[in-house]
Amino acid sequence: MNASVPHIEVMRSQLGRARGLGAGHSGVGHWWAERVSAASLLPLSTWFVVQMFRLGGADHAEVVKWGGKPVNATMLAALIITTFYHAQVGLQVIVDDYVHGKAHLPTRLLVKIGTSLLGLLGVFAVIKLVARSSTGK
Amino acid sequence: MVELRLPRNSTVGKGKTFPAPAGAKNVKTFKVYRWSPDDGKNPVIDSYELDLDTFGPMVLDAIIHIKNEVDPTLTFRRSCREGICGSCAMNIDGENTLACLKPIKSIEGDVRIYPLPHMPIVKDLVSNLDGAYAQLRSIQPWMQADSAPPPDGERRQSIEERAKLDGMWECILCFCCTTSCPSYWWNGDKYLGPAVLLAAYRWIADSRDEHTGERLDSLEDTFKLYACRTIMNCTQTCPKGLNPAKAIGRIKELQIERKI
Repeated sequence: MNASVPHIEVMRSQLGRARGLGAGHSGVGHWWAERVSAASLLPLSTWFVVQMFRLGGADHAEVVKWGGKPVNATMLAALIITTFYHAQVGLQVIVDDYVHGKAHLPTRLLVKIGTSLLGLLGVFAVIKLVARSSTGK
Repeated sequence: MVELRLPRNSTVGKGKTFPAPAGAKNVKTFKVYRWSPDDGKNPVIDSYELDLDTFGPMVLDAIIHIKNEVDPTLTFRRSCREGICGSCAMNIDGENTLACLKPIKSIEGDVRIYPLPHMPIVKDLVSNLDGAYAQLRSIQPWMQADSAPPPDGERRQSIEERAKLDGMWECILCFCCTTSCPSYWWNGDKYLGPAVLLAAYRWIADSRDEHTGERLDSLEDTFKLYACRTIMNCTQTCPKGLNPAKAIGRIKELQIERKI
């Protein structure tokens, strides 16, 4: 090879690069999920903050009893699921922005698995509260 | 990963200083980014001390003065000098704008002039926009209609239909918005950027175009459209006062409207 001629690795046309693999035909659902979960978190978080103020000074048994009530348990589970779902779709955006190349796919999986497990943990904690308050009596 | 610092061969050094002519009273310093592909050196900032009384009021006047009177090696694009061709788009005083529309008076202290951010540099203030032009071509910015046009004239449009194109036809494709967008910096190979999305919506909103669905199809992508994070730098920086962020928002609304 002639040393004075620089080696060019990519000769694909600009239009070919711009078109790339074409549209993935997804993204609407994700964008909508971000907004719907964010809007749902507003009332859920407000409810949670108000409840925490009301429970201020309560002892362990009282909190368990509170969490065991069907409405409270439902709201708690909804809050936890929505929070971690929102975290999942939100973190995906950050990963798409900042993690490129080979690290992209594993990081996306990590976000998905991590947030799912944390959410599941929260839901099981609520189930435990319900179980304990129903057997504790 | 995202680049937090410049690669070593892009670090900007200190360049030459061109002192003001003797007897100059109204002196302002212009700090201009210089880089040449030919000498294998890092980019530098050259300082030009200019007498503001000897040329016109705009930053472009100053740059033309530098090229004509001080340093003929300075390279930049310019053509119409009245904000209609989009050639002299550059980063002035930290903001992407057209040098011909930017009054020197509006800048406090030294005038810092850089090329449009995060694009390959051809030389000095000339950035390579080939990728962005190709992205524009990829959205097919021309009328697509299957109905035959009237044999005796043009396709007709009501005054109300025509009004929907206001705020979009005025775009001169200077790419100030696209190159100000962090999403485009990080994912410019896949994200179309505000200028091209504004052009895409210009055709989606055109009552004479019959390929709206296909246009929305080709935009429905995690990156092409949805890498927009509503940062709004595009609208903030547009030297023509247009609102690309709103056009992108309208495309997202239409995507929702036809799916949910």
